[in-house]
Amino acid sequence: MKRILFAAGMALLLVAAVGAEEIKPAVVFDMGGKFDKSFNEGIYNGVEKFRMETGIEYGEFEVTNEAQREQALRNFARRGYNPIIAVGFGQAPALDKVAAEFPDTSFSIIDMVVDQPNVQSIVFKEHEGSFLVGMIAALASETGKVGFVGGMDIPLIRRFACGYEQGVMFVNSDAQVYQNMTGTTPAAWNDPVKGAELAKSQFDRGADIVFAAAGGTGLGVLQAAADGGKLSIGVDSNQNYLHPGSVLTSMLKRVDVAAYDVFKTAMDDTWEAGIKDLGLAEDGVGWALDENNDSLITDEMAARVEAARAAIVAGEMSVHDYMASNSCAY
Amino acid sequence: MATADAGFGLPRWAVNGLLPLVNLVAAFAVSGIVILILGESPVEAVVALVRGAFGFREAWGYTLYYATNFIFTALAFSIAAHCGLFNIGGEGQGYIGGLGVGLACLYLDVLPFFLLVPVAIVGGALFGAAWAWVPAYLQARRGSHVVITTIMFNFIAATVMVYLLVNVLIEPGQMSPQSRDFAEHARLPAMHDMMGWLGIDFPRTPLNAAFIWALACAGLVWVYVWHTRWGYELRTVGANPDAAVYAGISPARNIVRAMVISGALAGMMGLNEVMGVNQRLLLNFTAGYGFVGIAVSLMGRNHPVGILVASLLFGALYQGGAELAFEMPRVSRELVVVIQGLVIMFVGALEFLFLPAFRPWLQKRRQAASAAAAAAEQE
Repeated sequence: MKRILFAAGMALLLVAAVGAEEIKPAVVFDMGGKFDKSFNEGIYNGVEKFRMETGIEYGEFEVTNEAQREQALRNFARRGYNPIIAVGFGQAPALDKVAAEFPDTSFSIIDMVVDQPNVQSIVFKEHEGSFLVGMIAALASETGKVGFVGGMDIPLIRRFACGYEQGVMFVNSDAQVYQNMTGTTPAAWNDPVKGAELAKSQFDRGADIVFAAAGGTGLGVLQAAADGGKLSIGVDSNQNYLHPGSVLTSMLKRVDVAAYDVFKTAMDDTWEAGIKDLGLAEDGVGWALDENNDSLITDEMAARVEAARAAIVAGEMSVHDYMASNSCAY
Repeated sequence: MATADAGFGLPRWAVNGLLPLVNLVAAFAVSGIVILILGESPVEAVVALVRGAFGFREAWGYTLYYATNFIFTALAFSIAAHCGLFNIGGEGQGYIGGLGVGLACLYLDVLPFFLLVPVAIVGGALFGAAWAWVPAYLQARRGSHVVITTIMFNFIAATVMVYLLVNVLIEPGQMSPQSRDFAEHARLPAMHDMMGWLGIDFPRTPLNAAFIWALACAGLVWVYVWHTRWGYELRTVGANPDAAVYAGISPARNIVRAMVISGALAGMMGLNEVMGVNQRLLLNFTAGYGFVGIAVSLMGRNHPVGILVASLLFGALYQGGAELAFEMPRVSRELVVVIQGLVIMFVGALEFLFLPAFRPWLQKRRQAASAAAAAAEQE
């Protein structure tokens, strides 16, 4: 009996030892850098949260030119880092090569799909979250005219715009949606002055609410709305606190949760390759309600939006995805 | 060499070897203080930097890849400098040169590999040269200063590339503005492939055949500037345009000639990046190499041999700096730029900072040497 107990104890110890095996995670930020107040910073917040909770240090690198993307991924993989997060669609070609070279390393890429057996592609259903904030905009608008300011004109941002437009039309089919993109190059992610100008021009045309899906450019949009006594909608992280009373809500895209989950699932040994498409049902996207905007959101508005949310989650209603057809015909 | 005359009659080895070395040490010393303030060990940082740049074969690959870009842009700067021109437009000329290379690879890829490579080289050279020709003409015939015009042409180049990539060359369905990948045979062979043909195992790096072409270009520049009539004319104009006119040499013609060659060489940087590394056209592949080339050329005293050495140093700083940021979490990419900036400042801008400290010693040495020679003659 004693022997059996001893054996069982040893086995338990072994299991515990395996379970507590420390992972060595790493993250490769994109050119924006980890303090871009937007997408990269969301990832940074997620992995920092993981570090605070578990005490596990992670490797990190911010690329400064094209060649470094591949180099950084390969460097981490060769040094035994696992899992490795590649941030942003720009890293897809580099990851495609490196993932093939290191089949035993787990890679996760955010905002893009890379088809490799050891890659987890995390993408978001931005159109679903945008649909809900579009509804909120239409419900709050007095003029029946709302605006959208995008960052760089790429299919991903048009997906935001298309979902938003559908949400607005769902509430008020007579509404008008003004759309502007800030630019066509990566510089469009960080041009708050131009963002503010675009927002002002939309206000001049009668819009009273504007949704910014434009990274750092969006800060200018929010500022312009606050200055002009209009309402704005933030994006990616909860930006309600930036101008309390002026930011109507924020379309949440939980890249921080996604990044945290990559490390967490790797630690629990539940990390899986394949495509993770995070929508409303997975809480990957959503809308923000907190003490900064609860005076702007009436109970009736919240109820209608939550009903639509439940319908989408239940599959009773679907939002057209721009990227499925490369057009916004719904 | 025009700049060697600024050595105040000191021996060449002191001006070209000793002073840059002392400046380099000083730059590292100041960087060390910064690293110390951040709470990391400067000695470990230097070890990580040097090991990261030269410690293993992959490091060599990356170091030489960066060096390839610097060799081209520094040679471009130097040839204009010998004609007395400060070509600050290497960035734009390299950008447009890359466009020439890219267009050849995208639209002439019916050609077989061995024809496509020279065509792409000529394409890059022509586009780069054409971009330099306009400022050259304005300088030579209209007196518009080439520093101003070449800077402005950098911006025009960037805008033209954005327009073309966003509206014309973009691969449909792409998120970022970039062209389709070149066909397999429309790429320069990478070093790991070439070494593989020789049976040598070499890790995957961006280093490619453009490096060999860079070395060849350094040789060609040396022959052109010091061993041809055109080179002699070019240096004469650079040294004294009035004397050149008196000697029957046209400064205008030589200014245009020097700038066109300069632009063609800068365009070769596009060859390395577009055809060698990225194998597609994309935005911002120049990444500041055109500007760093100016510092590299100044440090190399505008001489091909000096440029090769200085390019290796800057390649090592780029690659070693990336490894340093890897090894030491507290060393951010911004600090790596600080170190690079300090090296440029000490070696380029404060070139003769330590000259007064060395001059008495060097002069004494020379006097002693000549005294000894005189004594030997008397015997």
